[in-house]
Amino acid sequence: MHVIPIRSSCRIRVTVNGRPVELDVRPEALLLDVLRDRLELKGARRSCDVQVCGACTVLLDGAPVSACTFLAVEADGREVLTVEGLATGDRLDPLQEAFMDHGAVQCGFCTAGMLLTARALLAEEPAPSPARVAEYLRGSLCRCTGYRKIVEAILACARPAGVAR
Amino acid sequence: MLRPFALYQPATVAEASEVLARDGRDASLYAGGTEVLLILKAGLLRVRSLIDVKRVPGLAEIRADDGHLSIGATATHRAVERAPAVHARCPLVAGVARHVANIRVRNVGTVGGNLAFADPHSDLATVFLVFDAVVRLASRAGERELPLGDFVRGAYETARAEDELLTAVRLAPWPAGAAGAYVKFGVHERPTLGVAVALMRDGAAIAGARVAVGCVGPRPQRAGAAEERLRGWALADLERHADEVAALAAGEVEPVTDLHGSSEYKRDMTRVFVRRTLLVAAARAAGRDTHARHPHTIIV
Repeated sequence: MHVIPIRSSCRIRVTVNGRPVELDVRPEALLLDVLRDRLELKGARRSCDVQVCGACTVLLDGAPVSACTFLAVEADGREVLTVEGLATGDRLDPLQEAFMDHGAVQCGFCTAGMLLTARALLAEEPAPSPARVAEYLRGSLCRCTGYRKIVEAILACARPAGVAR
Repeated sequence: MLRPFALYQPATVAEASEVLARDGRDASLYAGGTEVLLILKAGLLRVRSLIDVKRVPGLAEIRADDGHLSIGATATHRAVERAPAVHARCPLVAGVARHVANIRVRNVGTVGGNLAFADPHSDLATVFLVFDAVVRLASRAGERELPLGDFVRGAYETARAEDELLTAVRLAPWPAGAAGAYVKFGVHERPTLGVAVALMRDGAAIAGARVAVGCVGPRPQRAGAAEERLRGWALADLERHADEVAALAAGEVEPVTDLHGSSEYKRDMTRVFVRRTLLVAAARAAGRDTHARHPHTIIV
């Protein structure tokens, strides 16, 4: 049986935004704190702290998870994508462009989580319906935009139904 | 922030059970962490040992088994939503899995964790009750099985012994021709009420019915009197009798007052939603799709 004793650390190897990272973490370390405080990636934010709001969303092997309620040790051997990893150099991701074009960003607090959640949805379903976008965004809270502009921005990046890219 | 703990990653049920037996209330089982990490962060639970059961082989398995559907404890909601065996045997369960909490919770949260945590405001136990679910518990000493209705004893309270872990839940698929529905209502993150209905058919008549109501009381329960009343009627007459059956179910539940509403409110909403769920199930049994829409309601 593998054991990480209390108050001791364990070495984890994680690919963060495409870059391999080795870190020593305690079993109780939360992924969100490791990203923000150890790796200086401040895009994922602590807000509700109970997996309700989506502000701390990161993609783990492509799937959205709440970094506020996820043990860092569990990221060992896996790929983490934060909002900082969306752009390629100076070139923004199409979703980021669409969020700007559609006015889907106001205060910006939810934006990182929204973008990553949208990225996961489109990877899974390239041509979602508006209703499916809304359903997938359940649990991603925005208190500024009323969601419509966010949904429109995501749909602008969706492949038209029935059209191969 | 979490207080320090040791993380155990047992490779067998026996190893997990041993840590549980040794550390007692200082230990907690852990799979997805969507429930236990929350109460650890809130300081409502303090442990020195967290036992991650995700490395125990076979515990995440979902399989058709001897006419039943067996869902391993560490299967995530997402896995249940997608599993071909679930779609083939108990499609309603796949639909419910798709609407549990939100996408992040579904990606890591597990079926076993959900049942063993026994949060009253939850979907799975309610819908599993209309599949006559049986949970499998294992420890160093061996295995036992328990009907889900006996396993869940109250709010956050189960029949699991201190050294036991829940390893799987077994569902009995409905006979051919049966139809059902799950309807949940709520304006908060967790559901305020969930109703599951199954109607078994004998030609145009209702040969048997299962009605389960969750979230309104400390634990989900079957509405036996309502089920009994439904039996033998013609499906086509259900709409006429739905009020009466819904009132029976509302009389059977044991609602409690909490942040989701008063017990009187929940009893009345039970009546409203049992009626609605019966009508959806009846429409499906008749081969019609329902286009019912209600505010703050998800119809599965």
